[in-house]
Amino acid sequence: MVTEKDVEHIAELADIGINTGELGTFTHQFNAILDYFDVLDQVKGDTTVTRDLTNIMREDVVEPSLSRDEVLKNAAAQEDGFIKAPRVM
Amino acid sequence: MEAHELSFEPDDRYNAFLAVCKKAPCGKGKLAGIAVAVKDNISTKGIETTCASKILKGYIPPYDAHAVELLRHAGAAIVGKTNMDEFGMGTTTENSAFGPTLNPCDTSRVPGGSSGGSAAAVAGNMVRMALGTDTGGSIRCPAAFCGIVGLKPTYGRVSRYGLIAYANSLEQIGPMGRTVSDVSTLLQVIAGKDRHDSTSYDRPYTHTPVADVKGLKIGIPGEYFGGGVDPKVAGVVKTAISRLEELGATTVPCSIPSMKFALAAYYVTCTCEASSNLARFDGVRYGPAADTKKSWHDAYKEVRKAGFGTEVRRRIMLGTFALSSGYYGKYYTKAQVARENVKADFARLFSEVDLLAGPTMPTIAFRLKEKSDPLSMYLSDILTVPANLAGIPAISVPCGKADGMPVGLQIMGRPFEDECVIDAAYAYEQAVK
Repeated sequence: MVTEKDVEHIAELADIGINTGELGTFTHQFNAILDYFDVLDQVKGDTTVTRDLTNIMREDVVEPSLSRDEVLKNAAAQEDGFIKAPRVM
Repeated sequence: MEAHELSFEPDDRYNAFLAVCKKAPCGKGKLAGIAVAVKDNISTKGIETTCASKILKGYIPPYDAHAVELLRHAGAAIVGKTNMDEFGMGTTTENSAFGPTLNPCDTSRVPGGSSGGSAAAVAGNMVRMALGTDTGGSIRCPAAFCGIVGLKPTYGRVSRYGLIAYANSLEQIGPMGRTVSDVSTLLQVIAGKDRHDSTSYDRPYTHTPVADVKGLKIGIPGEYFGGGVDPKVAGVVKTAISRLEELGATTVPCSIPSMKFALAAYYVTCTCEASSNLARFDGVRYGPAADTKKSWHDAYKEVRKAGFGTEVRRRIMLGTFALSSGYYGKYYTKAQVARENVKADFARLFSEVDLLAGPTMPTIAFRLKEKSDPLSMYLSDILTVPANLAGIPAISVPCGKADGMPVGLQIMGRPFEDECVIDAAYAYEQAVK
């Protein structure tokens, strides 16, 4: 059972942005969906699944890639050939 | 290479397209001059690619997805980008930020989803074939609802490079067409190893369909005809299966006990992967601008609230919750164990039978706005998600009508035996045409 406060917290973690007006509906829907997910409690075993696979790596050498202009083309905010982002500190 | 242009100005009465290339370049090759539509979550160099989301409005990819590059090399004319549920999250194409696509068989109904625009463009005769993507049934569901053929290839058979990721352990790009033959031809072009996708396999597809099911053993899982499946749909599919028997296949009843957990395992897995994959949409590198004067959390929240639709926000939050401290073991770990059980069930069955068959969808196409509750919408994916969890090939081929609407016969096969799945669908199609 999740509460409106839980949903607000999850929205915060996910940087999703939520209106107080939406909280009731989301909470109600999450509880219905999570009730359905409870069927997984009947699954036997809880060891993390491992697979017999190995990572595929390539040599760390520069390969052709997009030009700076192409990379910047879709960025809404830029300055001096760099992408501008919101402040972190 | 001799370059040409194909003129393409369709009467898009079904809202199948989000972008149209009125003059589409094409060349020589296996698909010379053939109009191919591409789902809008597959990157196309120079053509706007939005995933039917406001958060990617205006995004022009600087590169082609590998599958698109292969289409161009084969001479195909990429004539447009098709409508879909935002980021592939839906079963009806109603979750598009740019309005729903209508079903060409009955415009008061949905075309299915999430590749609904691709299905409608093919079913409505606007293009001969299209690319879709299938994470939990997103090719097979709209193929069934619109009366066309759609294949989810074996996981790894087609490169996902340039496919904008939603749930990368589940999704595959795949072909859609009006005939099995067209679907096979399109798979010939797009399948194969790509060094940009480390999950792609060196298993090119060079097969030409053979209409022969003699001696094949087909398992009929009881779960595919259980409660929740419309008896009329079940009846149409049973008739189709008896047709396969007449053609020389033998059928045996069987069971997939892990089906009980499959849908929950699927939705936990896909929402968890979505919460991670969609973290990249923050208005910095692409999409509507984030306010750089604000702190990053505030700026991102603002962009993501305005840019993502309700279903996308719901799934990101569900995935974030299922991965959060204290809940990871209950949801994500259990879902992965259940997924292994689904794989084990299929492996066991495929040691006894060559193929499995049943309905693609439990019902015919819903009416627009018929399903408003998210959980009841999720439940309609029950027959398609097992193939994604197990990574096996699965096709939907039209097999008749119920209440005047198309019904799809779903045929699933062993990993990398897409050829066998295609042959069985082809045998059925040729027998009833």
